[in-house]
Amino acid sequence: MSEASVITPELEALLNVDLGPDVYEIEKGMLRKFAEAIEDPNPRWLREAPPTFPAALVPATLLHKLFNTPGPLKRLLNGASELEYLRPIEAGDVISVTARLTRLRQMAGREGPSLFMFTEVTCTNQRGEVAVRGKNTYIKY
Amino acid sequence: MTKQVYYEDIEAGSDLPGLVKYPTTMQLVKYAGASGDYYQIHYDKDFAVANGLPGVIVHGWLALSFLGQLVTDWLGEGGALLKLSGSYRGINRVHEDIICNGKVVKKYVEDGKNLARLELWAENPAGERTVTGTAVVSLPSRG
Repeated sequence: MSEASVITPELEALLNVDLGPDVYEIEKGMLRKFAEAIEDPNPRWLREAPPTFPAALVPATLLHKLFNTPGPLKRLLNGASELEYLRPIEAGDVISVTARLTRLRQMAGREGPSLFMFTEVTCTNQRGEVAVRGKNTYIKY
Repeated sequence: MTKQVYYEDIEAGSDLPGLVKYPTTMQLVKYAGASGDYYQIHYDKDFAVANGLPGVIVHGWLALSFLGQLVTDWLGEGGALLKLSGSYRGINRVHEDIICNGKVVKKYVEDGKNLARLELWAENPAGERTVTGTAVVSLPSRG
């Protein structure tokens, strides 16, 4: 049985469009709060961002569009994350986050169709250096 | 602190010291605040159940953070994490152990750097691998 497409024109229009930047001033308190939340006591994370801190550098412009675009699928899960570290993110940095939707893929699941949304994120510091490149897969179902 | 691990100390198949975490709903609330991910499946049980989940579930990013800690604890100050990835394959519930493990898949020299590729995984108490991941790290040399 073929399923109706869950890939709406609104989502397709987002493909390969760079969105942002969403700008974050990295304060010491942000790093401390993040390290406390993940319960990683390494004192290094008081001055430098822990590995998954880029999760807090939300590409809000892209995600707002991805998650709020009308469509038949209402539920959301995180599918996968990937980070490449080029330079440390430290307290005092100003990070600009740009992001794009790179691929949409519909999958048939037990409970009906699901939609995999593949994204890429670039975190650039105030000197114009790329600090982190990331990929994330979101699943709507 | 543990002793610094060196490139010469490891081989393909070397295990990383394991790490066990025990996330609570309170931790998920803290993580929601620190990360900005306020999706209700991570702290609102009624919402989670209405979404077909067994209860509130641990953020995939938080479980990956535990794998990140596993790696950076092992690397010490002398090593560097270059890449980290995770696939969220199953559900981690709150008030359950998340058992984190890793091992060296291969070691190699590239552009004069001593690198290792790691396989990482997180299990729930039922023994299901809820997150599988990889990392690439550089290690200092004794040489």
